Amino acid sequence: MAGTALRRRLTWQVAKVSAVTTETASVRTLTLDVPDWPGHQAGQHLDIRLTDEDGYVAERSYSIASAPGEPVAITVERLEDGEVSPYLTDELRTGDDLELRGPIGGYFIWEPEDGGPLLLLAGGSGVVPLRSILRLRERTGSTVPVRLLYSSRTLDDVIYRAELDQPARGVEVIHTLTRHQPSGWAGYARRADGVLLAEVAWPASEMPLAYACGPTSFVETVSQALVQSGYPPERVKTERFGATGGT
Amino acid sequence: MEAVDGNAIGGLLHEVFSAEMTSAATVCGNCGDARPVAELVVYLRAPGTVVRCRTCDSVLMVFVTVHDRMCVDLQGLAVLG
Repeated sequence: MAGTALRRRLTWQVAKVSAVTTETASVRTLTLDVPDWPGHQAGQHLDIRLTDEDGYVAERSYSIASAPGEPVAITVERLEDGEVSPYLTDELRTGDDLELRGPIGGYFIWEPEDGGPLLLLAGGSGVVPLRSILRLRERTGSTVPVRLLYSSRTLDDVIYRAELDQPARGVEVIHTLTRHQPSGWAGYARRADGVLLAEVAWPASEMPLAYACGPTSFVETVSQALVQSGYPPERVKTERFGATGGT
Repeated sequence: MEAVDGNAIGGLLHEVFSAEMTSAATVCGNCGDARPVAELVVYLRAPGTVVRCRTCDSVLMVFVTVHDRMCVDLQGLAVLG
């Protein structure tokens, strides 16, 4: 019952890191064994809490990278001046404990019955919740057509590259590399904006559902362009995580 | 520090309201702009969290923790939930 789920208490608990996967030079995926996990929806978050020896506490919210039904995983990008992410990407090992609470969020989520066509727009590590959506779509046998536009600085910064190179049937992955392109690169090499979206986005007449996640400037640019092209604002879900220079 | 959005404070809001609040409706008390919490402008600057209207920049909500006690100011909102 939805009401029960909404009223669920959100308590801190200790999870164990069950696997660590290197995604790029600065990004790792942590798979977590969470003893009391009620299940999550694609696009939801969890909060991580770190406490140092002096009792200083730092909390950050991370998107869940795995689909509902899969082991809980988060994908973390190391921010050079970060309080939390360098510990998660550089220090934490398999078998270590990690304090978290979740799942969190009810806005930036997708369920198969929400339909599509889906337009997923990722700037840098903004791809993480969208990957959860893609995996849910595949696990549930959904045939909703999907286009993912993924903006990265360079090819080496592309997270989940091997997975995205083998998309499920009905999923189209379109990369743009904004800073450096390998020789012979046939994809886009420009920032995501209204001109690029005019080429890759579903026409508004198809009543698409859009999810944009990334640095604030990326999300502002693409969400405003979609609304200008006729997408109803309520069909453009947005999630901004500040500036990382990640696109 | 650059702003994030209301998605980032789902846990904090759940702590305060004991419910999922990122999809809750809001109306700005100053300009009347209506949006879900997730789309509001959020500054996560210790020791407090400040939530502003995306249209007129008015302060809508402030959360400050002092000595393990959370102080909540919702005066900028006309509607929440």
